[in-house]
Amino acid sequence: MTLSIGLALLLAIAMVVSAIMATRGRRSLGISILAAGLASLLASVMFLLLGAPDVAMTEAAIGSGLTTFLFFFVLGRVRRGEHD
Amino acid sequence: MIKRFTLMLLLAGLGAIFAGLMLDYVPDAELNRTADYYAKNTAADLGAANIVTAIIVTYRGLDTLGEVTVLFLTAAIVGLVLAREKHEQSQPKREHPPTGELLTTGTRLLLPLILLFGAYVFSHGHLTPGGGFQGGAILASGMLLMLLSHPLRRFGHRTIAVVESIAGLAFVFIGVLGIALAGGFLDNRILPIGTLGELVSAGAIPLIYSFVGLKVGAEFSSMLLNLSETEEL
Repeated sequence: MTLSIGLALLLAIAMVVSAIMATRGRRSLGISILAAGLASLLASVMFLLLGAPDVAMTEAAIGSGLTTFLFFFVLGRVRRGEHD
Repeated sequence: MIKRFTLMLLLAGLGAIFAGLMLDYVPDAELNRTADYYAKNTAADLGAANIVTAIIVTYRGLDTLGEVTVLFLTAAIVGLVLAREKHEQSQPKREHPPTGELLTTGTRLLLPLILLFGAYVFSHGHLTPGGGFQGGAILASGMLLMLLSHPLRRFGHRTIAVVESIAGLAFVFIGVLGIALAGGFLDNRILPIGTLGELVSAGAIPLIYSFVGLKVGAEFSSMLLNLSETEEL
């Protein structure tokens, strides 16, 4: 019991850190997008820990998979527009 | 300065609200009445081992139909907005950079596995966690991999549209069959319930979830395809 609570706390802290990296990170947009994807991935592990495997699967597939790709895709498009 | 102070005040207020919620929280000792009904009667009524799926597909099937409709509308609007931009300019296609050995070989190995896993997830929705939406998203991520590794090889919009339309029609048709043959719209007992825990069991749930999976997969794929085709601007 205490082990899973500790794991959940660790996950929560990691999620907050990656969310802060996603929103306040100054290094590059790519890293911010990756950090947002990481937050989603950790959230899906958290859902699994809370006993909701169905939600965890949705979060992992859509939240951290397709959304991250979508952001990168649009980012590439915007960058190309800048250079033209 | 004032702005920062207001922000801090807002954050402190939010923190106080959440702290209050958390300190008051007492875990429920027993399920509430609805949950209790579902937990006790799902296996006997519908023959589905996964209660979440039974609720989503049968007890609250109409909501699922609504969700699928919302997703369909989103895909249609994305297609509408992006397709118009594409039509206006038909310049010669930009040369795609080669995608790389690693990606193409990896895709050749992984794509069948991903598609198989997606099909497994939505056809076993009544037994294991997961179902139509999750399986559909997995199918779409397989399609995404294909788009990345072979940008020029298109799987037509027409195929996707046909799959999506047939799946949607079949979903509604099974629902209407439920009114005619069983207790009501989307009732799964139009087919025999079978033994709990077998693949062919739980009446129409595997069938309905397979159609939902195909539909969701087709919708996500069409969105990705539309997005990737704006590249030729």
